[in-house]
Amino acid sequence: MFCLIISLIIFITSISSLNNEYFFLKKNLNELLFFKFFFAMLSFFSLIVLFINSEFSNETVLNNSHISKPLFYKISGTWGNHEGSLLLWLLILTFFAFFYFLKSKNRPTDERLLTIIFQELIILGFLFFLLKTSNPFNIIYPVPKEGLGLNPILQDPLLAIHPPVLYLGYVTTSIVFSSSLAGLIKGNINNLWAKDIKKWVFISWTFLTLGILLGSIWAYYELGWGGFWFWDPVENISLMPWLSLTALVHCVLVLEKRSILHSWTVILSIITFTLGICGTFLVRSGILNSVHTFANDPERGLYILFFLFFLIFLSVLIYFIYEDKLELNNKNLNFYSKETSIILNNWFVMYFLSVILIGTVYPIFLEVISNEKISVGPPFFNKLIIPFLIPFLIFMSVGPNLKWIKNDNFSNKIKLIIIFILSIVSSILVSKFFGNTTLNITILLVACFYLFFTTIKDFMKKNFKNYAQTISHFGFSLLVLSILMNSIFSKEITSNMRVGDEIKFTDKIIKLQKLENTAEANFLKLIAYFKIEEKNKTDLVLEPEIRIYDKPETITSEAAIKTDIFKDRFIVVNLVKENEYLNVRYQEKPFMVWIWISAILISLGGVINIFKKNEKPIL
Amino acid sequence: MYNKKVKLRALFLFLSIASIILIVFLVLKSLEENVVYFLSPTEIKNLNETTTEKIRVGGMVKDNSIQINSEKINFIITDFKNEINVIYSGIVPNLFQEGKGVVAEGILKDKNFFKAEKVLAKHDEKYIPPEVKASMGEE
Repeated sequence: MFCLIISLIIFITSISSLNNEYFFLKKNLNELLFFKFFFAMLSFFSLIVLFINSEFSNETVLNNSHISKPLFYKISGTWGNHEGSLLLWLLILTFFAFFYFLKSKNRPTDERLLTIIFQELIILGFLFFLLKTSNPFNIIYPVPKEGLGLNPILQDPLLAIHPPVLYLGYVTTSIVFSSSLAGLIKGNINNLWAKDIKKWVFISWTFLTLGILLGSIWAYYELGWGGFWFWDPVENISLMPWLSLTALVHCVLVLEKRSILHSWTVILSIITFTLGICGTFLVRSGILNSVHTFANDPERGLYILFFLFFLIFLSVLIYFIYEDKLELNNKNLNFYSKETSIILNNWFVMYFLSVILIGTVYPIFLEVISNEKISVGPPFFNKLIIPFLIPFLIFMSVGPNLKWIKNDNFSNKIKLIIIFILSIVSSILVSKFFGNTTLNITILLVACFYLFFTTIKDFMKKNFKNYAQTISHFGFSLLVLSILMNSIFSKEITSNMRVGDEIKFTDKIIKLQKLENTAEANFLKLIAYFKIEEKNKTDLVLEPEIRIYDKPETITSEAAIKTDIFKDRFIVVNLVKENEYLNVRYQEKPFMVWIWISAILISLGGVINIFKKNEKPIL
Repeated sequence: MYNKKVKLRALFLFLSIASIILIVFLVLKSLEENVVYFLSPTEIKNLNETTTEKIRVGGMVKDNSIQINSEKINFIITDFKNEINVIYSGIVPNLFQEGKGVVAEGILKDKNFFKAEKVLAKHDEKYIPPEVKASMGEE
């Protein structure tokens, strides 16, 4: 209740801090930023308290909570809904504004202030949005006795931390965005700027990687489709900023080391942030025809759309006005250099980005102009992205082995060729072993193995420093490799079964032994016991569950997954009406666990980079 | 006589334009091949001829229409004006229930009969497909 007032105070303080920047300059900006963060924190915590106490006089709590819900999900329910998640977003924004100001003491004062001004602009925009369309502190009178409950599919430990992690990633891009605009205006975009902003780019990239990973794992075991990526619009939207951020990570490194690519870095930071906001807009407005769609409100979408256009317009305007302040680079690029291979890979990343963008936005576009509803499926993305992964992977393996500026002596050449032959041999062996006959996939395997072996070679090198990059690249090769194996060699069977029924699957017999009912805190549980018999092996019992929630009335399936290092055995059951038949799906997915491991390795590279000391630039 | 740098630049420009054109062409071509149209039962009724392409049908699962045996599930998708019979063997999502929204992807056998390869439902029990909302509003 009182938090509405606090939100207003934040709003006033932001305006005053805006003014202060002009008039009193930095005198007490630090305190103001802290106060703002403090107030945002206060309102966020009071919302959590409201959720814990199940105050149903609050509309957000009413719509998303329930007395019988476990405490953990009462707390996570705070950001499991639109209003609360926006408040979280705002909290992180104010925190980073404060944190940036603390950490940027070595930057020119006017650049810091400008960064904060842009940051304030973003905060203000979201604050208005929050107050106008989705105030989390709306009061309901008379007070209802019971809440409507949180969507049970969201009652999951992974999904409790997924949004905060993803938001940390998104919001950090706003700092990069503000800082690059400020640097642009002041003509400060140079290798020193790159050195300082690099940390922020890595923080953002790491969190975004982890956020996407968490979402994927959740989708894998909760949605029961047995996959982890569906090229669904909502997923694509989180991948797009990640791609442009990946390009930015590399670009910033080139800018730091070689003092080239100034404008490209600025453009990339603008693109990344815009894509992040764009994602929020598309998800929240409901114009996407996605399977992940949650109920939503068009007014909200409209507001974000305006805000988005305003920001794009502003940043493009600033870019064109101040573009001439950027240092021109007259340095010649040598083809056999690290920076050339990074630029080439940047192009590939931009290509992947545009394919995904077109695939995601085209259906909306078509619906607006011709009222036809379409969806773009996985074949589109697979077809356009997979072939281009081959040169991408090869550049990724050769690039780090080249030197900055110019590569004169090709001391590595022989080693690289040996590794290339080795990877051809191993991919042919793998293809033979798994009975794969497609040439394209064998070629892709070669490229994968090439990166795989080159990174391993780098690990074994003497006095070797670049752990972060090698780990991330190694992780990436492992990721592509395991996704490939996984998608080619997965096997599955679906059937409808009664108790006592059995089905044959390759050389196994799957038997539904019994069903069991139990009551849990806020749901009823139906456990199905499946026995999987395989010749010469001990029987495996899998116990998938069906959970029947009361508030709101929903059924969810919990898959039973048996993971080992070679494959996942995945079984999920579903209730179809109150029928004696159960809808059953059994899958064997090879190398599933390696997909998660490799994504963790990729982000580990980012973590190492955040804590790494800066090296000297080679100009 | 142009110097080396200008030549290099021209080559670069030419290459980038060529690759952009190639990419646009590729993307558009595969878009054409891979889009899946989304239709409501009423729109299917109004089709002049049935297509053999993959489509998506969206609407509500009709009350008391789900039938299940060991091989397949039969149900009816309705938009409260017209309806279509769906036959499906595979896994259904959790929110696949009578009276709830559903999207089925598959091939049209004729105007009353749809063979689904995939059945999708939404995460949110309050969600109603937009086209169903629209047709309910008209009534």
